[in-house]
Amino acid sequence: MTPPPPLVTGPLSRTDLVRYQGASGDFNPIHHDEPFARAAGLPAPLTLGMLSAGLLATWVTGWLGAGAVRRFRVRFESQVFPGDTLTCDGRVVREYQEDGEPRLDLELACRTQAGAVAVRGWATFVVDEGDGA
Amino acid sequence: MVDSSALGATGTPFTMPIERGKIREFARATASTDPAYLADTAPVVPPTFLTTAAFWQDGDADPWRAVAMDQSRGLHAEQEFVFHGPPPRAGDMLTGTSRIAEIYEKHGRRGGTLTFAVMVTEFRDHSGRLVAEARLTGVETS
Repeated sequence: MTPPPPLVTGPLSRTDLVRYQGASGDFNPIHHDEPFARAAGLPAPLTLGMLSAGLLATWVTGWLGAGAVRRFRVRFESQVFPGDTLTCDGRVVREYQEDGEPRLDLELACRTQAGAVAVRGWATFVVDEGDGA
Repeated sequence: MVDSSALGATGTPFTMPIERGKIREFARATASTDPAYLADTAPVVPPTFLTTAAFWQDGDADPWRAVAMDQSRGLHAEQEFVFHGPPPRAGDMLTGTSRIAEIYEKHGRRGGTLTFAVMVTEFRDHSGRLVAEARLTGVETS
């Protein structure tokens, strides 16, 4: 299966972080409060790992279908800050049958413009479920 | 400092209605233009949407507080969502229950000790069927 082009997001703004914080309910000040972030030794508010994870999820569900996801796992590997641009993509690493349905396992990665992996992901999708209807 | 006696702590069940507007807000905040989220009148939730349980899981429903991870040394290390069938949809009413499933230590690559804690949240539908699980792994550096 041929993946679609990567999802490129950025440069990330502080507004992007705040929008995700409001949507998710994670109001940790380290992600929007500049003095708080600097007191914690950071150069700027830290981007939410779960925002990068959400972008990976957007890329892979746009390809394989919102209703077809069965497992989605992420590991947070490096820090991302406003001004960074994230590129999300991945590939199928296994095709098999489980519970009587065809499934795909994928490896995913969200990288910064410097090439560092910010978030690594693993996902399982069923095949041909469209939007899950 | 992580309190290892938090292992096994279980929150009181909490109710989480799945709402179309919240799904739309979440999809837009994660750069999605997928009509499956934005146009469907009863959309499924995005893969990481159940993180919004934070809006419903108050007080005794949240056993993570018992872990007592130091906010200045604690980090979100991993997150996993498992769906037993298609993800929940707008209009569904879920009941969530969280428990502290694991607490363990590892030696860090640069010395020191890393303390990991895992919270598992089970989401069941109105019939009691397990429809989704969320697994949060936090880490505290020494």
